[in-house]
Amino acid sequence: MDNRQIFEALSPEEHALLGSIADLDAFPTGAFNLRRNGQGAIRQSSDGIEIRPKTDRPGIDILVAPGLKGQSVHIPVILTQSGLSDMVYNDFYIGDGADVLIVAGCGIHNCGDGESRHDGIHTFHVGKNARLRYVEKHYGSGDGTGGRVLNPTTQVEQGEGSYCEMEMVQIAGVDSTLRTTQAHLDAGAKMVITERLLTQGSQLATSDVDIYLDGADSSAQIVSRSVAREKSSQLFHMSATGNAFCHAHIQCDSIIMDDAKVSSVPAITANHPDAAIIHEAAIGRINSDQLLKLESFGLDAQQAEEVIIQGFLK
Amino acid sequence: MLELKHLSYGVSDGGGKTDILRDLSLTLEDGRLMVITGPNGGGKSTLARLVMGIDQPDAGQILFDGQDITGLGVTQRARLGIGYAFQNPPRFKGLTVHRLLSLAHGGDLPADQCCDYLTKVGLCSADYLDREVDSSLSGGEVKRIEIATLMARRLKLAIYDEPEAGIDLWSFNMLVDTFKNMLRPGGPSVIIISHQERIMELADELTVIADGRVRETGPRDEILPRLMGELTDFCSFGRQTMTEGRRYGQ
Repeated sequence: MDNRQIFEALSPEEHALLGSIADLDAFPTGAFNLRRNGQGAIRQSSDGIEIRPKTDRPGIDILVAPGLKGQSVHIPVILTQSGLSDMVYNDFYIGDGADVLIVAGCGIHNCGDGESRHDGIHTFHVGKNARLRYVEKHYGSGDGTGGRVLNPTTQVEQGEGSYCEMEMVQIAGVDSTLRTTQAHLDAGAKMVITERLLTQGSQLATSDVDIYLDGADSSAQIVSRSVAREKSSQLFHMSATGNAFCHAHIQCDSIIMDDAKVSSVPAITANHPDAAIIHEAAIGRINSDQLLKLESFGLDAQQAEEVIIQGFLK
Repeated sequence: MLELKHLSYGVSDGGGKTDILRDLSLTLEDGRLMVITGPNGGGKSTLARLVMGIDQPDAGQILFDGQDITGLGVTQRARLGIGYAFQNPPRFKGLTVHRLLSLAHGGDLPADQCCDYLTKVGLCSADYLDREVDSSLSGGEVKRIEIATLMARRLKLAIYDEPEAGIDLWSFNMLVDTFKNMLRPGGPSVIIISHQERIMELADELTVIADGRVRETGPRDEILPRLMGELTDFCSFGRQTMTEGRRYGQ
């Protein structure tokens, strides 16, 4: 079978997962790598983007040619086999001056009683003056009693004058997650991280973000928004360290509902007199005036709550 | 038609109870504009919240088009065609102006219609449609968007709680024109809580609420000259102009 036939032969659950995590309703043009139940299932390089399997450990190298503009890579991971534990190392080399979109994401459909787990370790080497937009969505489904566990680790080395925008979203259905994100920024580099997280039931989510602004005139903006429902727990450690003239702004906002628990622990460090670092954190219920306003449009209380949460996590 | 019958409302206050509204009765005929004015703390905003269903009266009855709505919540009253513009509107992280107007409308509202409403409240619409109704907007901007959400609804009764608060002079003139244009046959009945003489001048009916009671109510031409006369007598320095027009009770 060729790659397209393999894609089309995926089960309905697998297609649904790909739609949720990577908006892939059809076989994508451009570079594409699908990892399925711990194995590479589809691998397709494109002009300027090479995908190479690693030889020493599970995973792939993704090489984006210097100066390449307007291309995208999809590298989703899906797990439908209950009880499978998968660990993968992916390294991304973004050439100097390139401008690329990388769509990652992991979906677990677990109908069994064994724990399904995926640990993805992603390392980004972003070249000088390159622009990277990275989108990662995590989603769990299935009515099995087995846990759905996702532990992503993201490491970023940003070269001079580069721009890196990372959108990391946990949509629903992930029982336990430990997200670890670390970045080093060289002179003039700019990083924007947007994190969105929803937990419910007895789910646990921990997000540790460490940003080091090493080069002069580097800057980082981190916006984390989360909603904790029912008996779920969330813990955020957001840290920025300024080692040069730099700017960083961390903003953590959480909506807490029902019997949930949320903890937000900021850490900001300046090792240079011209480092300007701000951290803002807020945890609170949905504002009652917001609910009343939407109810005064004719929405019922549940609809109003959904509109507020969906907007907040958009 | 809106009929308020013998409404009372109080709040607990350190073991005792403070009366906010005392046996208040009032009627608003269909398609009429009533301006409610009076001193701060007199019970005007409480009255508006009782009509919208945000607060429940301790005693009395609220009839809307003959139906007793006293026991209905905010959602049900909204679905009957009652709308309320907050004095201090909430902000929403992640909700754009376009989305908020669409929610008010009850379905996707085309961009040109959104722009029409925003222009009427003095906002340059193209700049605002995709902006979030969050803390990046000024108090005046949020207030104007709030008024636009009521325009986007299909209402039988629109209640505006101090729409002029936080609005600059230029936008205020536009707002007065907007209210003037709203008064058309088949349009909603309107209640505006206001201290502004220029808004009072638009009213069919003028009602003065003080100490939780209706002190006087009647046609504008009857009440307004008396009200202004009182103000002149009260203020030895004569008629004052504050920001725009005179303000009663402040």
